Amino acid sequence: MNKLKLKIGILMLSVGFFACKKQHEHSEPAPDPNKKGSAEVYFDNFVGTQEFRLNTTYTNSTTGESFKPTMLKYFISNIQLKTANGTVYTVPQMESYFLINAEDPASKKCIINNIPEGDYSEIKFLVGIDSLRNTKPVEERTGTLDIAGAAAGMYWSWNSGYIFVKFEGESPQSTAAGNKFRYHIGGFGGYSSPTINCIRQVSIEFGNDRLKVRQGNTPSLHLIVDFLKFFNGGYQLKIADYHTVMFSPATATIAVQIANNYQNMFKYDHIHDHGH
Amino acid sequence: MKKALTFLVLLSILVNCQRNVEPEIRFQKPAHFPEPHYDFSYNPVTTAGFQLGKKLFFDGILSRDGSISCGSCHIPSSAFTQHGHDLSHGIDDKLTLRNALPIMNLAWQKEFFWDGGVFHLDLFAIAPIEADNEMDETITNVLEKLRRHPQYPQLFQKAFGTPEITLDRFLKALSQFQLMAISANSKYDQYKKGLTQLDAQELAGLQIFQQKCASCHKGELFTDNTYRNNGLPIRRFMLNGIDTIDTGRNRITLNEQDKFRFKVPTLRNVEVTRPYMHDGRFRTLEQVLEHYSQGVQDSPTLDPLLKQNGQLGIPLSQDEKDKLIAFLKTLTDEEFLRNKLFQQE
Ligand code: HEC
Ligand code: HEC
Repeated sequence: MNKLKLKIGILMLSVGFFACKKQHEHSEPAPDPNKKGSAEVYFDNFVGTQEFRLNTTYTNSTTGESFKPTMLKYFISNIQLKTANGTVYTVPQMESYFLINAEDPASKKCIINNIPEGDYSEIKFLVGIDSLRNTKPVEERTGTLDIAGAAAGMYWSWNSGYIFVKFEGESPQSTAAGNKFRYHIGGFGGYSSPTINCIRQVSIEFGNDRLKVRQGNTPSLHLIVDFLKFFNGGYQLKIADYHTVMFSPATATIAVQIANNYQNMFKYDHIHDHGH
Repeated sequence: MKKALTFLVLLSILVNCQRNVEPEIRFQKPAHFPEPHYDFSYNPVTTAGFQLGKKLFFDGILSRDGSISCGSCHIPSSAFTQHGHDLSHGIDDKLTLRNALPIMNLAWQKEFFWDGGVFHLDLFAIAPIEADNEMDETITNVLEKLRRHPQYPQLFQKAFGTPEITLDRFLKALSQFQLMAISANSKYDQYKKGLTQLDAQELAGLQIFQQKCASCHKGELFTDNTYRNNGLPIRRFMLNGIDTIDTGRNRITLNEQDKFRFKVPTLRNVEVTRPYMHDGRFRTLEQVLEHYSQGVQDSPTLDPLLKQNGQLGIPLSQDEKDKLIAFLKTLTDEEFLRNKLFQQE
């Protein structure tokens, strides 16, 4: 009696196991590179282990400074996806400009369409806008790049070029009026004479995980963007020393060091096989 | 017979119409000028585009409170400079960092501003519109105001085929107007074309100019489009309450070697573009020449041409100065300065 139960149990378990296995295979057939699918890439902003929120005070325990962000926007562009066996998919450039704006939660989700089916293991992208696009005529600056639209406030008109990362807030350590700090980082290397370049390329591997893009199944990739590293990277940015860093001779080297810091803010978190 | 009559009537109407039609506005390169730098292939100048650009240029709607237009600081009869002001006056009478540049022969210019910070004419207008000491408006809001305006959608339709008002179209129309501001018919040009003579004084001035000035103020446009330090003493000044030193090209390249370098300006119509230099510090051409002969200051970025054989500046006798000024005045182009095409209606 007991044995029977056990046998039935084993039988059911194995049926269940096979059924499950089958279902699994059914939902993720081998990729067919002739078919296209979509993926979502989430840029989840954090400060250390805390979620990043505007108008919330955070403490940087390394510098002992505290800060309350009031604005955060940054450009991500020129996205590439790579499979474990090295096939690279480059997102068409005009579909590959994204502006992440902390004020607009929807903006942290970047949707990429028309990706050839594949098991992707790595993502590459630029923080900022490639130098070529910075020099394009106005008619080729639409959508996210529209200076009068989405990109308003993310462009230096007196020194033609996009601001890549705009991070503002208040800090008791700032000696500026209203205790403000303002970091507007950009610079694509110069048009006719060389100058600072704050475009940074980021590559992130997903370990053993795969972003399984299939027609009709949209997986999502979650990246953590840790703004504590904006301050604590290879360079230690102290608000007390520099409350304002923009495009200026006095702070040119600081801007470049901040760019080196922001290159290392991004980290793989997790993948959802079936979205969100 | 009847048919022939109608034909004749039609023909005469046509001819009459033809007579009343203003000539089409098109960009034409003056024969003695080099090829323009501006790429007209994607923004060809048309009559409707020019007229729209002109209306925009003189319209206060581009500023926050309607008080300032591009034409407030760029007055056509002064070769589009703000006559008599050293630093330009913008909204709420705030001062700008620099002396207004002329809008003239811009199709031949690669970069704009005294420091060359803007590298395409189409991108230019955003800067004065958004500067809080010039027009203090946002470009987004300007486009919104134009879309709600009773006339502009129609004018955009005429110029671009549909009434849609986009940033691209707005900027292209402004460029079309500015690109047509071509000065190429001064006495000097007439002389170059063999249509008139320069007098002995002017001719002697031209020769001195070629020897002593033309390596920087080069060719038919009187600039080599580079950035140089011509030895002006460094000035500290209060700009709207802020202690300021203008380091010129250095602000754009962030390069120490570009400190105090400014764009070599054109000298066409220089008689009417006073005051002179990026900060308008000289009120007369005599003062400019006095600077070149006596006032040049040494500094690490001083242009080597102004420090030859260990001597600072450009030696000039009073006689040479008089001749140079006589020559510089032959660059005044009355036809350009009085051209009805550019005057505010
Ligand atoms: C408040 C006065 C003011 C207003 C208003 C103004 N400008 Fe200017 N403009 C200037 C000054 C001053 C400069 C030189 C600034 C510099 O080099 O930093 C200048 C420079 C320019 C130049 C560069 C020319 C060259 O040779 O590099 C162009 C083009 C121009 N303005 C067009 C415009 C247009 C178009 C508008 C209207 C949208 C406008 N400006 C509104 C004062 C003004
Ligand atoms: C080394 C290059 C160089 C030489 C040589 C030179 N200039 Fe200049 N010139 C400049 C530069 C650069 C400026 C603008 C400087 C500034 O505003 O900071 C300028 C400005 C001027 C201006 C003011 C124009 C305006 O619209 O404000 C005049 C006039 C002028 N130069 C005349 C001359 C004459 C005449 C000579 C010969 C005696 C001469 N220059 C030689 C480089 C030069």
